[in-house]
Amino acid sequence: MLEWPVLRQFRSGDYLGRGPAVESARTRNLTSRNETADRVVQSVCPYCAVGCGQRVYVKDEKVIQIEGDTDSPVSRGRLCPKGSASEQLVNAPGRQYEVLYRAPKSKEWQHLDRDTAIEMIAQRFVESRRNGWQERDDKGRLLRRTMGIASLGGATLDNEENYLIKKLFTAAGAIQIENQARI
Amino acid sequence: MANADCIVLQGGNMAEAHPVGFQWVSEAKARGAKVIHVDPRFTRTSAVADKHIPIRVGSDVALLGALINYVISHDLWFKEYVVAYTNAATIVSDEFRDTEDLGGLFSGFDPTTGKYDPSSWSYADADGSGVGGTGDDEGHNKSGTASGEMAGSGGAPLEHSGVQRDETLQDPRTVFQILKRHYSRYTPEMVQEVCGISADDFTYLAKAITENSGRDRTTCWGYATGWTQHTLGAQFIRTAAILQLLLGNVGRPGGGIMALRGHASIQGSTDIPTLFNLLPGYLPMPTVGLHDTLPEYLDAIASKKQKGFWADADRYFISLMKAYFGDAAQADNNWAYDYLPRLSGPHGTYQTTVGMLAGDVEGYFVLGQNPAVGSANGRMQRLAMAKLKWLVVRDLSLIESATWWKDSPEIASGELRTEDIDTEVFFMPAATHVEKAGTFTQTQRMLQWRHQAIRPPGECQSDMDFFYQLGARIKELVADSTDEVDAPLQAVTWDYPLDEHGDPVPESVLQEINGYRTNEQGERELLSGYPELKADGSTSCGCWIYSGVFAGGQNMSARRVPRGGPNPAQNEWGWAWPADRRILYNRASADPDGKPWSERKKYIWWDEEQGKWVGDDVPDFPVDRAPHSRPDPDLGGPAALTGDDPFIMQADGKGWLYAPKGLVDGPLPVHYEAQESPVRNPLYVQQQNPARMIFAREDNLDAPSAGMPGVEVYPYVFTTYRLTEHHTAGGMSRWLPYLSELQPEMFCEVSPALAQERGLVNDGWATIVSPRAVIEAKVLVTDRMTPLTVAGKTVHQVGLPYHWGVGGTDAIVSGDAANDLIGVTLDPNTQIQESKVGSCDVIAGRRPRGAASLALLASYNERAGVTTETDNIRITDPEAELKDPAPKDDPNRDKEGWSQF
Repeated sequence: MLEWPVLRQFRSGDYLGRGPAVESARTRNLTSRNETADRVVQSVCPYCAVGCGQRVYVKDEKVIQIEGDTDSPVSRGRLCPKGSASEQLVNAPGRQYEVLYRAPKSKEWQHLDRDTAIEMIAQRFVESRRNGWQERDDKGRLLRRTMGIASLGGATLDNEENYLIKKLFTAAGAIQIENQARI
Repeated sequence: MANADCIVLQGGNMAEAHPVGFQWVSEAKARGAKVIHVDPRFTRTSAVADKHIPIRVGSDVALLGALINYVISHDLWFKEYVVAYTNAATIVSDEFRDTEDLGGLFSGFDPTTGKYDPSSWSYADADGSGVGGTGDDEGHNKSGTASGEMAGSGGAPLEHSGVQRDETLQDPRTVFQILKRHYSRYTPEMVQEVCGISADDFTYLAKAITENSGRDRTTCWGYATGWTQHTLGAQFIRTAAILQLLLGNVGRPGGGIMALRGHASIQGSTDIPTLFNLLPGYLPMPTVGLHDTLPEYLDAIASKKQKGFWADADRYFISLMKAYFGDAAQADNNWAYDYLPRLSGPHGTYQTTVGMLAGDVEGYFVLGQNPAVGSANGRMQRLAMAKLKWLVVRDLSLIESATWWKDSPEIASGELRTEDIDTEVFFMPAATHVEKAGTFTQTQRMLQWRHQAIRPPGECQSDMDFFYQLGARIKELVADSTDEVDAPLQAVTWDYPLDEHGDPVPESVLQEINGYRTNEQGERELLSGYPELKADGSTSCGCWIYSGVFAGGQNMSARRVPRGGPNPAQNEWGWAWPADRRILYNRASADPDGKPWSERKKYIWWDEEQGKWVGDDVPDFPVDRAPHSRPDPDLGGPAALTGDDPFIMQADGKGWLYAPKGLVDGPLPVHYEAQESPVRNPLYVQQQNPARMIFAREDNLDAPSAGMPGVEVYPYVFTTYRLTEHHTAGGMSRWLPYLSELQPEMFCEVSPALAQERGLVNDGWATIVSPRAVIEAKVLVTDRMTPLTVAGKTVHQVGLPYHWGVGGTDAIVSGDAANDLIGVTLDPNTQIQESKVGSCDVIAGRRPRGAASLALLASYNERAGVTTETDNIRITDPEAELKDPAPKDDPNRDKEGWSQF
């Protein structure tokens, strides 16, 4: 009888019945999935350039939730709809986990082993670099570049990644390299 | 922003595009700050602002120019600040002719090349000639490169800093007097005429910013791509910079102009650029004919005789070459300078697209970007990719840029057939941000380290691992080559320590970026900041402005003291370049004597006892340079900065109201109409930016502008924007169920008046036609779009979000792409396309399918009489613009210089 809702309301001081008085045993026993995480890793939101702090909850080597980092002086724990949805970015149903290859004129993808694909790309890189090579301009001045290869993208990548891409392209003489900052 | 007393958000929708950043605007407002939103649309930013001022897209220079005029003519500028800290007092060469004299052109325009020779814009030298750059003017004319970007993060170079000044500002050739004359025609009446903004609204804005600027108060501006994506985008921002300098709102808490950028590391990918025109740290890529030798290159960046930190560019560059090429970069081979490829003009993404269409580009990497949906003139992009030999797409899912060969609109229309396309496509699955460690640089220059949470699943791989392995294989393929062409690839250093999975350790790359010195024992020691860099080859540094991120061997970007610690600058969280300074040019937060302008806006000040600058932040100034110090200007470099030169990256230490060099389309901002505009430019004879980058091609046609036959065929103006629930071209949002459910469909926003005019029904369909494409969208009829009265006529504006695309595999939602409507015409300084304004027609109902869609487009263009010449004429009226101006003492010329109008 002491568990009757109206008595619970009086007993617990939850007079309006919006708190513990209306909690079922099942609700009381629920725990946040975050509490079961094996570890919490500090990260940064991958969408816009505000740079909100994120806490990534990992269990069994899977990301189970991503929440705002209350320590961050930038965001104070808040995330927008995109940042709040970023667990789904990691576990998206339409995410691709395999390397795919489309041959000339083909109507279909086929799977390629990743190392094979990288080797094929490296060979094409070296060949197209040669095909588009310009050593000097029509006045005999040094150009030392290739117009056979281009790249687009970088604003969603890490600084360290951008550094390696620019370094490799510059050493290869490939000047046509661009990212979202131009758009 | 939280410290501002007035915040003007213009050219962006911060509450929806940067919701979490917007909390600081809310904080400021809660403290009593005034918030004003200037935007074509009423958005959630407007809803919480004190006032929304609707503006016609593309007319911001007219509004900001009128504010400059208001500030000067009402004598509301911050005199002590302007005289001491800006170039207001500097005298300009008497060769200079303003747009006032030439009907909308500055002196030096060459109509045959479409480019300016900026030499007549220079500061006056003591001998009466101009203070030049560093011998590169001739080269600029010859090559016409994107020289605007060569100025990097600082100003353009000057031969020396010995400029002529008139501190009374009375000389008619002072920057201040030129500025005053230049903006005298930017009146509230003109604002009504050009922007569609009433005199009352203008006065409200002018009063708000002037009442909230000065010693005790500061005003802040925030902008986004609503300012950058125009044929004069850089000049939009320049106009705001002039205004903020006049009001004394630069280098002070609550001041500044905030770029609200849209990608997690778009700042980082500009600092450490994946961009054609830059090397890390805003060093320019060398250009043929200008920089054929290393001394020519270094001289073009900065003269050793100019002031400020760019004079040390040799240290930054040589250290970069040591980081790139290691022992192969030596003094006797000019630090491997000839290993660097040369530019011969702009090689931006749209020039590259044209190169692909011409068959010159064989291979293309697309890295976390979706040009089939996100770039202007999407059809041109997709047809260009169909000409490639090979394409590598690295992304999380099968975006439209990976699958266009089987499901693009051009397959539907029959323009492309899958079985005819020879392009090989490699799709390489990428790692998400939690599956790799590394830094993003956010929009206020702060680097934040992300720890790795889990390993990438399946065959997913980070771009670091992919490019490391690709580079290693390429190096193997050329290892035995004896051809000199392969020498740079053989020499490039690629020896990063590997983890147990065979992948490079990300910290090791950040350490290379930070830089090392080699000590006498031949051991490498991490540097603590860019002042330690040397030009003798003893230091290496992958990006000089990032030097210090690993100071003392500590990864400063990984600092995470909760809320950044007790200091007001919250600087125990992450690391901001340069040298962990949180507000740039913060010497300007103190008066010329080194005292805070006011107790309320105290930030950095001179401590006489300690003999150094102290305060809440790291001083952005030589720390022991006393306020009244006046070193010999011939010392050059940082040593020549006087105690009141806060702008330490500028060649004269001053904030530039007038830019004698560095911009390719004029030393002062001018209002021109967009490439396509139904409105005649009321300010000048010249209609469009004469120096804009034009792509006159059959696949890139433009709608007739005001005064041309056929203008009525495309009568409406459209603009594009983002939604809170999606991200750019949708690659990181349309594949997510939550976000797709929140914003499922492509739509267009129209006013009730336009809906009535075109018979559009809310929740029905509309077809939108531009000279490039036909798309369809669901209709949202809303008062949020305000029809504006401009030059006596009603201008209707149509709002289009740009997140959707056609094609792709497993996207939760898809729809027509707004960017297909947009033409490719670029800002000549930045090579950014004008995607925030275009002309269109809107009709009720869905678009035709397949080839019928192309037929509808052709019928529109035929009716409008569109050709490749439409809008692509550089000089609107050569008779009125190119003739020599009347001499100054001509009695027939009125004193305002308006005689020819």
